[in-house]
Amino acid sequence: MKMNFNNPVLFKELKLRFRSPKSFIGILFYLLAMCIFVFGFIFTTMNMSGTSYFRPSESFILFGLLSFIQLGLVLFITPGLTAGAISSEREKQTLPILLTTSQSSFQIISGKLSSSIAFLLLLIVAGLPVYSLVFLFGGISPLDFAKVFFFLFVTLLAIGSIGVMFSTLIRRTIVSMIATYGTMLFLSIVTGFLFLIVIQMTAFNQMGTGIPSPSVSGQILASINPAIMLASLLSQGVGDSISEMTQVKFPIWIGYLIFYLSLTAISIFISVKKLRVNMKRSK
Amino acid sequence: MIEIKGLTKKYGQFIALDNLNLTLSEGTVFGFVGANGAGKSTTFLILATLLQPTAGDVFINGRNIRENPTEIRKMIGYMPDFFGVYDQLKADEYLDFYGASYGIPDAERRKLIPQLLELVNLSHKRHAYVDLLSRGMKQRLCLARSLIHDPKVLILDEPASGLDPRARVEMRDILKTLKKMGKTILISSHILPELAEMCDEIGVIDNGRLIAHGSVAEIQDKLRGERIITVRLTGTLDSTIGFFEEDPLVSNIEELADGDGIIFSYKGTEEDQVMLLKRAVMNNVPILSFMEHVTNLEDVFMEITKGAD
Repeated sequence: MKMNFNNPVLFKELKLRFRSPKSFIGILFYLLAMCIFVFGFIFTTMNMSGTSYFRPSESFILFGLLSFIQLGLVLFITPGLTAGAISSEREKQTLPILLTTSQSSFQIISGKLSSSIAFLLLLIVAGLPVYSLVFLFGGISPLDFAKVFFFLFVTLLAIGSIGVMFSTLIRRTIVSMIATYGTMLFLSIVTGFLFLIVIQMTAFNQMGTGIPSPSVSGQILASINPAIMLASLLSQGVGDSISEMTQVKFPIWIGYLIFYLSLTAISIFISVKKLRVNMKRSK
Repeated sequence: MIEIKGLTKKYGQFIALDNLNLTLSEGTVFGFVGANGAGKSTTFLILATLLQPTAGDVFINGRNIRENPTEIRKMIGYMPDFFGVYDQLKADEYLDFYGASYGIPDAERRKLIPQLLELVNLSHKRHAYVDLLSRGMKQRLCLARSLIHDPKVLILDEPASGLDPRARVEMRDILKTLKKMGKTILISSHILPELAEMCDEIGVIDNGRLIAHGSVAEIQDKLRGERIITVRLTGTLDSTIGFFEEDPLVSNIEELADGDGIIFSYKGTEEDQVMLLKRAVMNNVPILSFMEHVTNLEDVFMEITKGAD
């Protein structure tokens, strides 16, 4: 897999994406929604507290809510942007020509993935001025900010890679999109429910014994759930209470990183391998 | 230049391509003719490294397609029968994208693109959006795209399909120019006369099998097996008919409706035919005209592919 930073697919995709007014309209509505939410929150909080100022603790809540909105954005927009990356080329009958060029499969896949990620990053970056309003009121450190953004980046990279993988494996965009959304829903919601069930069952099994037993599966489920991960990033208490519930002393952010980076690598590997036919003799 | 050995493609029990063997030398323009579903596109897809063959090998310039698909892609320019274009991309940007995809440096691409657009008569559409071009223009642009990396081999799958007569003529003229440039061209069509004019060799494929291969004249001879000859005479027919009946290669002699000549089938070669005429003249057969019927290529194609179903 030769790394080539001069990626024609990436430049073409970016050019096409920003030629369409749809992209700009999307960014406009996203920023409008964020502004309405932030200013609405500040206004409501001040009204309810009967004061004319916004406390740092309230600012932290606002930061947390904004971070969850960004996570929602990543989880719901990424599949839409990536699940048609290859299948739409196939449907538009542009893929055969692309595959007969000298570009490596990795170049094509990485170009498609990075163009989608670049657009999502643009959405997130465009929201930074609104986001940075929370700095005005204190309560947030730049490190908190950096951690949340790194978390969002890892998440969108993984979901994006899954989308591109399904798009390579499945001929039709609509089916690929359903598969990607299904995977995203499993990772973000089903794992959360399973975590709760596993913790309840562990607690039930331990009832009366007085001997705490570690729940590795509970720890794994917590580690792969983006919402739990974000909550633990925003509040140290969440991470501690999960360790307490599972009796496993392993930082969930490490588990999250390992799982999502592995998922990204595996998805990209499968996409690269399956993009072109294997011309070698079948054994 | 191109060597196809025992190429076979099966889809389950269905055999799309059955033991295809073909050798083409450099600079040959090869026309691949066959009905829809005969196996032309399957062959081209394999040559373009887009489809894995079930058995057999293909060598282009000595490189095996199975072992060196990346190298093969640099040697070939492929134009599929159906293809799409990107919306919101202009004609020169379209070529620039594919040029970059073949690793052609930016400065070189800037020089190359106007030349290619000129070659396919699209200079005036340089800044037009590709999706707004007519079908014929898109076909020509796609042909220019397939030439951007100066490939030795061009694989053109029905490049003139769906075009109006003017666009067909334009496409044919471009292909003649490419032939002069020394490119090895494989071109498919289900219309034999369309290929006859520009191809050095023709291959007829039917149900996945190559049933004939050679020059247009050879194929006509091989497939028809016999030619129809009309002889107009000034004298009496009886002695003349007797003369032609003596030739074992002549059969089905009939008098013409107006009674001033005969028509017969002839199984010999062109040289045999010359000798027959020479002998007739030496035997004082009163020949006014000796004419071979020009075989309609469309009829030849229909005849050789009949019974395929």
